[in-house]
Amino acid sequence: MAFPYEDYLRAEFMPHIWCAGCGHGIIMKALIRAIDSLKLDKNKVVIASGIGCASRLPGYVDFDTLHTTHGRALAFATGVKLARPELSIIVVSGDGDAIAIGGNHFLHACQRNIDMTLVIFNNFNYGMTGGQVSPSTPYSAFTTTTPYGNPNYQFDVLGISKAAGATYVARSTTYHARHLEKMILGAISHKGFSVVEVLEDCPIAYGRRNRMGTPAQMLKRWKEMCVTFDAMKKLPPWRVKDKIPIGLYHQEERPDFWEEYQETIRKAKEEVQREA
Amino acid sequence: MSNLDDPFYKPGVRFISGNEAIAEGAIYAGCRFFAGYPITPSTEIAEELAIRLPLVDGVFLQMEDEIASIAAVLGGSLAGKKAMTATSGPGFSLMQENIGYGYMAEIPCVVVDVMRGGPSTGMPTGPSQSDVMQAKWGTHGDHPVIALSPATVQECFNETVRAFNFSEQFRLPVIILSDEIVSHMREKAVLPSLGELEIVNRPKPTEPPGEYKPYGFKYEWEIPPMAAFGDGYRFHVTGLAHDYTGFPSNLPKVIWQQLKHLHDKVMRNVEKIWRWEEFLLDDAEIVVVAYGSTARAAKEAIARERKRGVKVGMFRPITLWPFPEPVLASFIDRAKLAVVPELNLGQVKLTVERVAKGRVPVVSVAHGGEAFLPSLIVEAIRSRV
Repeated sequence: MAFPYEDYLRAEFMPHIWCAGCGHGIIMKALIRAIDSLKLDKNKVVIASGIGCASRLPGYVDFDTLHTTHGRALAFATGVKLARPELSIIVVSGDGDAIAIGGNHFLHACQRNIDMTLVIFNNFNYGMTGGQVSPSTPYSAFTTTTPYGNPNYQFDVLGISKAAGATYVARSTTYHARHLEKMILGAISHKGFSVVEVLEDCPIAYGRRNRMGTPAQMLKRWKEMCVTFDAMKKLPPWRVKDKIPIGLYHQEERPDFWEEYQETIRKAKEEVQREA
Repeated sequence: MSNLDDPFYKPGVRFISGNEAIAEGAIYAGCRFFAGYPITPSTEIAEELAIRLPLVDGVFLQMEDEIASIAAVLGGSLAGKKAMTATSGPGFSLMQENIGYGYMAEIPCVVVDVMRGGPSTGMPTGPSQSDVMQAKWGTHGDHPVIALSPATVQECFNETVRAFNFSEQFRLPVIILSDEIVSHMREKAVLPSLGELEIVNRPKPTEPPGEYKPYGFKYEWEIPPMAAFGDGYRFHVTGLAHDYTGFPSNLPKVIWQQLKHLHDKVMRNVEKIWRWEEFLLDDAEIVVVAYGSTARAAKEAIARERKRGVKVGMFRPITLWPFPEPVLASFIDRAKLAVVPELNLGQVKLTVERVAKGRVPVVSVAHGGEAFLPSLIVEAIRSRV
């Protein structure tokens, strides 16, 4: 039996705005499957986003949905979560939205370990505006604003997430759709701030400029390049260079922000009683 | 929402600062969510609420910057809380984009801007009234504004309550334009007991989910009820131009109607929003137009001139935006001169000129860097009379 995606979609807004060959639809489906297998109440899920192609996702899914300003989704979502902690919050964000303009909010959401999930749709460029360089564009790659090649190196999303305090950090790709679903499922069920970086393709704005072939060929590259973190450890050093590890990068138990804030409330009331 | 559960809220006579009064007013109005970032001269509001909000199970958040602060406030409001932030010039500048989001997505909240000298870092501890036009036109696009300007500690309390009421009633961010002097001075204020001041809570939808239209209205000045995230309505909120469902629209007619709605919901209700003080205006041939801390200096100047027999009075807009233009016009019509002292280079003066329509001369008395001096106003009057 086919999976009932329509139960979660706002079908009246189809077709979506994403280009043929774009990975966003694959991520949206993985996200829906993860939410479905967790049996979350549709009335208790909020999907928030900033600006960009990925940020159009909330309009297509049948939850409370919040399409905010560029880079600020995590800050809006922080407000929603603390006002109604019983809600499950998932923020979807492109690489530019999450780690360039939204970089500060990203760091501090990690640091607060606020109980929500950030899914980063990493397609290595600003797709919506036609393909400009982003902090995750590979070194020497061509974009409309790096016509002579990107002089910068890629931002290490997983390393930064962990260093800043995120308690669940994982990576997957749009080739590994089932694996991706598993990573998102793990992220949503994790208590604390969880980050899933999804490597995907923007054939129109990015692939074309870097002569990466058809969308199918681009997708296949993930199969060839990616190995799990465990498999990576077993590889001889000369083979590690061209590989990208996927899977669960980091997970730890730490009280989330709401739990800590309950402690603040308890201490405040205790102090007042002591003084009274 | 009540303030009964706040063990620190004490009705009656208090000797407090303007910033403390703003925090008290917020608690009284039912504010249970604050997100902010430290900045002089507004910080005491955050400090007071950091103590108070946990005691009433409210949320106090210090965010990573002012952009995040206003974003969290809007998120908290969407999830059903009465929410506020407080800042000063540089932070107010940073907040502008998301304040615009609040206007577009029609999300209630209160933004306190305790004005200090600018541009840029300017004078962090110096008084100023130079954000008056920023409050009106700070964010891009056409949008309505409600901005209130207290001149006393008592008004800091009362206008904060009114700001929350307007934000909930009209579904938009409401701005309190305090200034460094009003916010930092201490004087007597009488805090009202519960029930003494009206508290407005946002209307909730009555229709079942599926029929709810979060941005629906029959007439453009109507304000649609607001559901909260998690209430089961599963609605969409966006900063894009949208139709009555909340989903983006590209239809020029729909977009124009929404823009008209944003405008009309405020401008057709100005009489509920305006508040002003008249001081010795009955026989006034000279009308001083002053607001905030400058109005205090103006009163002193007027008292001095009255002793000399000069017929001078003051019109003090407490609601700065929308400006009570017809009210001022009624006094200017009977006068020979308008004098506008401001701690800036002449911002409200522009509005007064528009109201005067050339019938009487409008004299700007600009000052900055320190509290307004009554003598400057006296000199301006004497040079003309």
